[in-house]
Amino acid sequence: MMEEEEAEECPPLSPVSVVEGTEEEVTPPRALSVSPGTVRVTEAAQDGELLTFIIVSQKLSGTGEYHVDRTYEDFDWLQQHLFSLEDVPGIQGIIFPPLPARAQPNAPGKLVRQLGLLATGGTWTPYCRALEAYLQQVAGHSLLSRTQHLETFLTSPEPPGRQKVKRGLFNRLSQAVEGIRKDGHTEDVDDFFRTEREHNLSLTGLSRAAAERFLEVVQTEQKIAVACGHFAASLQLCVEAGDDPGQETFSKMCVKISEIMESMKKNVQKVAENDVTTLGLGLDLECRYQEAEKEMLFRRTCKLVELETASRNAERAKPLKKAAMDEIKKAAEKDFDQVSVVAKQEVARFQRARVAVLRQALVRWCELQILTATGSAEQWNQQLLAFRGPEPSS
Amino acid sequence: MNPPPFPDTAEQEPVFSDMGDGDSDEGEDIFLGSSKTGAESPSVPQLNIKAETTDLFAEQASSTAPTVGLGTGGSSNGVQSDDDNDLFSDAHVELPTENASSSTPSGPRPAATFIPGTADMQTKSMEQLEEEEAKDTFDVDVAVTNPEKVGDGMHAFMAYRVSTKSTLPVFRNKEFSVKRRFSDFLGLYEKLSIKQSLQGCIIPSPPEKSVVGMTKVKVGKDDSSSVEFVERRRAALERYLQRIVAHSVLLQDPDVREFLERDELPRAVNTQALSGAGFLKMINKASDAVNKMTIKMNESDTWFEDKFQEVENEEQQLRKLHIVVDSLVNHRKELCGNTAVFAKSMAMLGNSEDNTALSRALSQLAEVEDKMEQLHHDQATSDFFILAELLADYVRLLGTVRGCFGQRMRAWQRWQEAQSTLQRKREAEAKLLWANKPDKLQQAKEDITEWESRVTQYERDFDRISVTVRKEVLQFEKEKAKDFKFQIYKYLETMLQSQQRLIKFWEAFLPEAKAIA
Repeated sequence: MMEEEEAEECPPLSPVSVVEGTEEEVTPPRALSVSPGTVRVTEAAQDGELLTFIIVSQKLSGTGEYHVDRTYEDFDWLQQHLFSLEDVPGIQGIIFPPLPARAQPNAPGKLVRQLGLLATGGTWTPYCRALEAYLQQVAGHSLLSRTQHLETFLTSPEPPGRQKVKRGLFNRLSQAVEGIRKDGHTEDVDDFFRTEREHNLSLTGLSRAAAERFLEVVQTEQKIAVACGHFAASLQLCVEAGDDPGQETFSKMCVKISEIMESMKKNVQKVAENDVTTLGLGLDLECRYQEAEKEMLFRRTCKLVELETASRNAERAKPLKKAAMDEIKKAAEKDFDQVSVVAKQEVARFQRARVAVLRQALVRWCELQILTATGSAEQWNQQLLAFRGPEPSS
Repeated sequence: MNPPPFPDTAEQEPVFSDMGDGDSDEGEDIFLGSSKTGAESPSVPQLNIKAETTDLFAEQASSTAPTVGLGTGGSSNGVQSDDDNDLFSDAHVELPTENASSSTPSGPRPAATFIPGTADMQTKSMEQLEEEEAKDTFDVDVAVTNPEKVGDGMHAFMAYRVSTKSTLPVFRNKEFSVKRRFSDFLGLYEKLSIKQSLQGCIIPSPPEKSVVGMTKVKVGKDDSSSVEFVERRRAALERYLQRIVAHSVLLQDPDVREFLERDELPRAVNTQALSGAGFLKMINKASDAVNKMTIKMNESDTWFEDKFQEVENEEQQLRKLHIVVDSLVNHRKELCGNTAVFAKSMAMLGNSEDNTALSRALSQLAEVEDKMEQLHHDQATSDFFILAELLADYVRLLGTVRGCFGQRMRAWQRWQEAQSTLQRKREAEAKLLWANKPDKLQQAKEDITEWESRVTQYERDFDRISVTVRKEVLQFEKEKAKDFKFQIYKYLETMLQSQQRLIKFWEAFLPEAKAIA
């Protein structure tokens, strides 16, 4: 079910809404009372340093909506809880939906550095869209959506607890294996994952580069819009009430050129807006998700290292310790297998979803380009006709 | 005995048989003959043009509306091929426009060529506009084309082809061209300034010297900036000549005709004064005279005073506008660069992509973005050549107008000084009468007579220059309004064309994007 009805709005970029009929039909035990594809971050209200988001979602039962207000702390709270979920076997194999970076509202200079494409356009809209996508991705994830935390986040009138969250198992683990990172251990037992890791490595870099280059394009477009505005304003200053016909004609000319420049400014602004809301969001999501996959693959590699260490220990163990070591090894094996199973599913799901997201971004971008350019061409045409003036032979 | 008639005069209008010494201002107006263009063309063969030259001016805009060279497109450089047929063969509307989006042929041509479909309406009106312009102007078209580097090293220079087409009988042929170098243009300006500015004429100014620009060319740098420099200069020289021939008084000047027609011109040497800085100094000196004038002369001075103020204000405003447009041009060039880099990054993404359809789409996207880069480049070019150069030209022209006011001021001063001198001479005579020195008295009386006639002469000069300046300024304003209108029209057309190309690119890409699965 593609949300294509809102022609002008940017449709959500969640894999849930674009991928039709996935295997997530399994009813989770503690079902989310909200329909995942309907989660919307409708606005962002800024009060000094505080940025509050309004989140609206439709009840599954179809009997109404939930309206809640949340801050970035709440999002962070949710994400941290997801990382530290218990009773989810193979949780390390999950590609966690990436949460966009925190935005510092009163530092516009820093904002672009922090958020990249999400900070362009002078409104919070792109940022809201990205947060929205995050929520939909979590809500649409069969394993992650079961958590009570998500339900609380989306439906509770009170903001979830703002206390500092205990850093989860996942995080402890990733800290512990920092040393392994330096080891450069990249051998994998599974061809599927070996290929996927290589792939992910190149795509992470390339998609980040593409997003950054696209950001530069958008920023230059905005500069052009500003220059057009300057030109239009300066021309207005040239207009003088003069007596003689020569002066009058010239003044009329200045007014005309000023109008043309205003039109051009609006056109370029629209182009930049189109860029951000379609391909911009798409590239941004792609590069953040590639990073998330990288994290997951790394965690799995760590498990592999753990397993290999445990195996070695079990082999070398003295008879007294052997049984214990064997137990550890078995546990590590089970853990690793579980993680690999989940990881494989996640990777397959991810590959389908990202293609769908990019497809939608590209198609929508293309359509908007054509739409904007058609409108612009019509405008120039009108201007040209008006310029010819009331000539008898026309 | 009747001398045998000159073979030429038998067919030409007799009025012009002695045009060789037609330097006097009181000569016949050369345009008397223009109505009789039905006369047979002279039997003199056309010496200066290759036999296979097509009509160089197939769709050339009228001479008051400077043609804009939109060259430097894509990989072609501004240096023209010698094939004359390329110059204007594309200018005619009916040519197929399928390859419009893929290449931009170099050479000056109206933007009208690339607009498919709806464009026919616009281009027809463009022709109508041009026809109307033509009625107001004299039947002379000039073009500056084919910049060619002559010689090597630091003594090299660019030679430009100056082609003229005219049915005016004053010229030997209907179409002809000569080769000129930049200093020749400056030399022409100098000659005209000396003669005509004393009369209060507004003489269009040539483009400025540029040591940096020319050095690059001499050294043989073939990069885009020196190509752009040459194209910019070529276009400016063309506008310069077009403005000159649009001016009735200047067109009659034999130096102008010589410039257009004569095969070899003596090298102009005294062009130092005409560097950008020198030119400005000259202008400012002249207009300072106006500012220093404190005594009001008579009622008509209000007109001159007000007008002078207007001109000064406008010059300042155009300067500011020019700066703004310059920044716009720079941003567009920046967008070009950014787009190219983005295209590469998409191509690399496409190469690494596993999914076939997505990979293909990303590669296609990279190609579309390359085309967009070209489009942005063309837009920057048009921003520059249509808007920025227009503003720059008028900043300089308004400076020239200021200079004319200065000339009038000088004429007035001369008159006033002569009057004071006369007064002094009369006082001297009175003193001599009183002192009773009859021998010196005769001299004094002669002096008085001389100065009386000078005063009369200078007063007449001043009146005449006042009339001329006023007429010139009004004409200038009319031309300026027309010029701006025409250029804006052109600009609108390029913008429309740009959008239409863009639509084509993305419509071609859309199915590729939709095919992703």
